[in-house]
Amino acid sequence: MSLIFNIVTVVGVSAGAFFFLAGTVGLIRFPDTLTRLHALTKADNLGLGLVVLGVLPQAESLRGGLKLVCVWLLALLAGATVSQLIARAARRGGSSQ
Amino acid sequence: MNIALALEVVVAGVVLGVAVWTIVARDNYAAVAGFVAYGLLLALIWVRLDAVDVALTEAAISGGLGGVLLLGAAARLRATETVAAERPGIGVHLGAVVLSAGVAVALAAGVLFLPDPAPSLAPAANAAATSLGNPVTNVLMAFRAMDTLLEKVVLLLALVGVWSLASDGVWGGRPGPRHWADPRGVLAFLARLLPPIGAVVGIYLVWTGANHPGGAFQGGTILAAMWLLVIMAGLTDTPPARGRRVRLVLIAGPAVFLAVGLGGLWLGEGFLTYPVAYAKPLIVAIEIANRRFVCATRIWDRLIVSRATRTNRSRTSVSRLRSRTSCKSIHLCLAGEPSSGGPSWNAGRFILPTFRATRNIRFLKRQSLVASIRCLVCRCCAKGSLLV
Repeated sequence: MSLIFNIVTVVGVSAGAFFFLAGTVGLIRFPDTLTRLHALTKADNLGLGLVVLGVLPQAESLRGGLKLVCVWLLALLAGATVSQLIARAARRGGSSQ
Repeated sequence: MNIALALEVVVAGVVLGVAVWTIVARDNYAAVAGFVAYGLLLALIWVRLDAVDVALTEAAISGGLGGVLLLGAAARLRATETVAAERPGIGVHLGAVVLSAGVAVALAAGVLFLPDPAPSLAPAANAAATSLGNPVTNVLMAFRAMDTLLEKVVLLLALVGVWSLASDGVWGGRPGPRHWADPRGVLAFLARLLPPIGAVVGIYLVWTGANHPGGAFQGGTILAAMWLLVIMAGLTDTPPARGRRVRLVLIAGPAVFLAVGLGGLWLGEGFLTYPVAYAKPLIVAIEIANRRFVCATRIWDRLIVSRATRTNRSRTSVSRLRSRTSCKSIHLCLAGEPSSGGPSWNAGRFILPTFRATRNIRFLKRQSLVASIRCLVCRCCAKGSLLV
């Protein structure tokens, strides 16, 4: 059982790390604000989600697991709001660089 | 070299890199972003050192509230950035290098030549009168209660100092124009959704501070951040400084602390020794930290944002200063808000550099002189004329 858990952890965290890497590359390489935001939100939402999913089997208790899920949900909420605000500011300001 | 050590080395290297980058960055925004990242990474290091209390404070203050304050300041100072003509000379550079190197060497020597085992007050602090499980709280509330009390008083004094920066006309008023945002917008949505969660987390931090990492300072900062969010979303307004409730709450923290301390004189062994009652000063201290930070932030806003934001125009920028050189606009920029007196000299101090950025400074000067003379005539704002 613990072997399965460990495999889930390794796969989940690796996939999350991959998304973070891809998001960072996008942040550096993409040409304008909106596309950079697009790259960044993938890292935040999917990357962190996969990391949390991977770490969940290692949680010691149900409470610990719930806390991890809460972290992810809060990051989702903050990330979605902030990227909306930045995108609006970028559109209104007219500077897409 | 195991994985944990490798991780620590990487994090330490990244922190150093971000620190250097923060100093080197020419753009204020970039420097602030670097500073926030630096604070958050530093919090990671504190966690690795098992100093979770410090980590929480670092993340909440440096990464959270401090970041918001600095970003606001950077936004206001953006117009002056083009001016940055005054580069420090080589002497200043050399002096800074020598000073930094000296401090670094002294710190390194201090750390490297620590006696083994290092002298520690931790057992004494743990053995101090309280029955709390968190040694940090023990130190703060029992072992060094006097320091903590005076710290609260200093915070209160600082707030009074910030308040007194307001001009006479607006003394006791609200520290800045009200924020307006779309009530059906994203920010307002977040400001309705997040504060209940934030309030629970903040109060939990204070509550658990007795036995686990946490405490009034960290919890208060989170509550303050939640309140700031609500204010920035325009759902509520800042309480005016003359408000009786605000002042009572502000005084309540040190007053309760003092009362408990004096009670110790009578019931316990001396001033600031606790019989049992304990949680209350902590809980009141939240409110203190809370309101203080909010007021300080809002007054920062007050310093520079003139009426322009209230009437939904964008903030003062060089181009706008150029395009609107009528008496009224300069009056507005220099004197702030004519109707309420405005943060006249404060605004002037920050906005005058903006004027210097423009090429046609003489024209502007002449215009503002005209404006100020008209001010004297119409007497709508006597202070605006003092600037020119």
